[in-house]
Amino acid sequence: MLLLLLLALVAAGLLSLALGSRALPLGTVVDVLLHDDGSEAATIVHTLRIPRTVLAVTVGIALGVAGALMQGHTRNPLADPGLLGVEAGASCAVVVAIYSLGIDDLAGYAWFALAGAGIAAVAVFAIGSSRGGPDPVSLVLAGAAVSALLLSVTQAIVVRDADTLDAYRFWVVGSTSGRDMSVFWQVLPFIALGLLFAAMSTPGLNLLQLGDDVAASLGLTPWRQKALGVAAVMLLTGAATAACGPVGFVGLVVPHLARRVGGVDYRWVVPYSALLGGLLVTLTDVAGRLLVRPAELQVGIVMALIGGPAFVLLVRNTRSVRI
Amino acid sequence: MAVLHATPFRLGVASWLVPVRAALVSLVGGGVLFLLVAVDLSVGDFPIPVGDVIRTLLGGGDDAGQRFVVMELRLPQTMVAVAVGAALGLAGALTQTLARNPLASPDILGITEGAAFAAVAAIVLTGASGYGGGLVSGRLQEVGLPLAAFAGAITTAVLLYLLSWRRGLDMQRLVLIGIGLGATLTAGTSYLLVNARIQDAASAQVWLSGSLTGRGWEHVRPVLLALAVLTPLALVLIRSLNAMLLGDDAAQGLGVRLQLTQLGVLFVAVGLASVSVAAVGPLAFVAFVVPQVALRLTGGSRPPVLASMVAGGVLVVAADLITRAVLPFALPAGIVTAAIGAPYLIWLLIRTNRRRTV
Amino acid sequence: MSVGASAGSRLGAEQMTVGYGGDPVVRDLTLDIPDGRITAIVGPNGCGKSTLLRTLARLLTPTGGRVRLDGDAITAVATREVSRRLSLLPQSPIAPEGLLVRDLVGRGRHPHQTWFRQWSPEDEQVVEQALRMTDTWELRDRALDQLSGGQRQRAWIAMTLAQDTDLVLLDEPTTFLDLAHQVEVLDLVSRLNRERGRTVAMVLHDLNLAARYSDLVVVMKDGAVVASGPPQEIFTSQLLADVFGLRADILDDPRTGLPVVVPVSAPAPLPL
Repeated sequence: MLLLLLLALVAAGLLSLALGSRALPLGTVVDVLLHDDGSEAATIVHTLRIPRTVLAVTVGIALGVAGALMQGHTRNPLADPGLLGVEAGASCAVVVAIYSLGIDDLAGYAWFALAGAGIAAVAVFAIGSSRGGPDPVSLVLAGAAVSALLLSVTQAIVVRDADTLDAYRFWVVGSTSGRDMSVFWQVLPFIALGLLFAAMSTPGLNLLQLGDDVAASLGLTPWRQKALGVAAVMLLTGAATAACGPVGFVGLVVPHLARRVGGVDYRWVVPYSALLGGLLVTLTDVAGRLLVRPAELQVGIVMALIGGPAFVLLVRNTRSVRI
Repeated sequence: MAVLHATPFRLGVASWLVPVRAALVSLVGGGVLFLLVAVDLSVGDFPIPVGDVIRTLLGGGDDAGQRFVVMELRLPQTMVAVAVGAALGLAGALTQTLARNPLASPDILGITEGAAFAAVAAIVLTGASGYGGGLVSGRLQEVGLPLAAFAGAITTAVLLYLLSWRRGLDMQRLVLIGIGLGATLTAGTSYLLVNARIQDAASAQVWLSGSLTGRGWEHVRPVLLALAVLTPLALVLIRSLNAMLLGDDAAQGLGVRLQLTQLGVLFVAVGLASVSVAAVGPLAFVAFVVPQVALRLTGGSRPPVLASMVAGGVLVVAADLITRAVLPFALPAGIVTAAIGAPYLIWLLIRTNRRRTV
Repeated sequence: MSVGASAGSRLGAEQMTVGYGGDPVVRDLTLDIPDGRITAIVGPNGCGKSTLLRTLARLLTPTGGRVRLDGDAITAVATREVSRRLSLLPQSPIAPEGLLVRDLVGRGRHPHQTWFRQWSPEDEQVVEQALRMTDTWELRDRALDQLSGGQRQRAWIAMTLAQDTDLVLLDEPTTFLDLAHQVEVLDLVSRLNRERGRTVAMVLHDLNLAARYSDLVVVMKDGAVVASGPPQEIFTSQLLADVFGLRADILDDPRTGLPVVVPVSAPAPLPL
């Protein structure tokens, strides 16, 4: 199954390279991938489509894993990585950057977004933890509080300055377009670190589902596992938001799908979430390019338009809503 | 001497159990609210001493000019703040108790997002925003927007109910579907904003931040009406709601009619949230945080009803006061409610976690 | 002691079929719960005993047949009226954080209260009695989530007591309790029956407790009743083997004369 998904992801990637306002035949795509011959097709593929495809896959993987960890650690099916305040932190930092420093390029946004996400993450982590480590309910409440606070700052700025709003409203929608590979290299270290933490905390996650006591008696240090998991969520979500703006839904929906496919063993759910996330975001990005051709629907919007009803159907058809 | 937890209050055959701490909090909160209202009414271009304001409110006051400013000009805006605050506090307390989840609030059920979508659509599609992205003016602001928002909220609520109903109503499922609906509607709103003229987007953004300015009696009346009708209904449902906290099985064993109670509570919560968002736009954080704050103040096992209403009124009026008197520039109230409410919740959380032992 | 012939039966199932949406869990089952007696429903995991009890308590609606209460179909009786005649202690009850014992027990008065009569002197009296009878009076101002498992269970039983019904249904009331508390809880149930004449129907997983405390034992397997009768007649090695797949001897308790189930298994040889 895992292999199948991996193949599907590769196929989706190729599709993403081929389709768009100008459809290129797959043969051409493969040729141009292997040697850049300066033709128009090559330009399209290399400068426009490779970056967005790579980003779509990366963001999808990051958010999928973050969502799975998030729901596992909070033991709450409502949990979404955005609840930890990270996305709000990124947005706020971006708006501040636009307003006070006049930053207007996406690479610039990315740095600020990372910083904002990091600060918000640390704050939420600190507020939501007691001596026993991060507490699920407190963490989410803290995330909601910090998000609301940062959102109010964001709104305060955009409501007063139309120019800032003008730039911000395009970023906040979540989009893979207009970015070049530099954005990818910027966020890659954070995503890699986040995935590493995720991998380290996943085996323990199964045990944590049984409660802290059982986990501790089986040799785990609960607070360390939780800290690792939460750090992973924050890194991954922060980096993903920094790269493409907030893309909602992936972290919420993908783990449910992954559990459908992979059961409740987090050692499977997390990798499945990664692949399904990458698949989902890539495909929605492609859909966004095709639906209103030659214009484009941003991936954040399409994600919600498809993800929303799909999620509703999913919830309806699950007999009992449990983790 | 043990601290009294709850005391029975009897009147002939009738009897109620009054939770002492919650009653105290409500009373003190009510006093705070009255003071805040008086201060709120006293500030403005034409400052009036607070003592005179209180006299005028209580029926006295000999200055016709003062009375005009207080009762006709300023009172509507303050009243809308109190009413919306109470309505959202109650709606939040009810939803969180019903869903048995502190994260639940009418907002995450998608209703506020539905209202926002409809309102933004109204602004963007009719292109009737004021110059420079100020407040939408004229007929649209007075009638069109509230109506659109209300219609959006109610439609979303009905859709939510239909989608969640499947041989009964499972609250977990309802909340999840609400989140799904909400996210979809937000995407729709973002789409509208991205494709609108910048002036329309700016106007929409003002509405989306929740604004109390420029509200007249025509905005207050629907909210007061909703409160008058729905609050008694909520009080009657509270008994069954209390029993439902023990789980669906135990509640049914105690004779609670589950479907009816769920429907009733949702009806009240949705109604209150819808008229609120229609009147002032989304004041999202209020319905979520106020019941949690009230819960921690009264120390009970569920968000208290009356105290949540009072606390909601206090928060929103305080926000109005701050936007009018304290800040050097105008800011929509929704931003201020979040800016007040969030740090307080954060402080409460830190305090709770410090005390917690491993 | 012959059961059923002399006792009436207010509550029972008549050719009842019930399930959770897919295949039925209980098929075409007929059972009378004898008044004024303690009935224990036992059976292997998944045999449908909890389902049966919950249907008798009106939590589930049968797809075939009906549940009879005082001669009428239970679904025809108003919910509130049912809760005045019949109370249920569910299997894993949940309670909100910070709920006090006295509040929990007070909830048991719900069927007897209206919106304008929420705490009458009678309510107060019944609640105090329930607290004293379950030995939770001293715990009344404590939060439920801070009590031990046994204390918590007693508080829940106090709530059921406060509901003050003639028919009491208990779904695995002794799970997660230590033996002393199991005995304590069942002694309490027994007193309820002997001193107050309440009819009790309970699902138990412990066969020895069922033998010790019940007048009638109903054995279920795969959604049907395979045996019912007084403990002395029901518990045979053959039955245990057929229904539970258990090899066991039946001994007689020297004090009560009631059957005691002693499993037979070859112990592992000690290392030499």
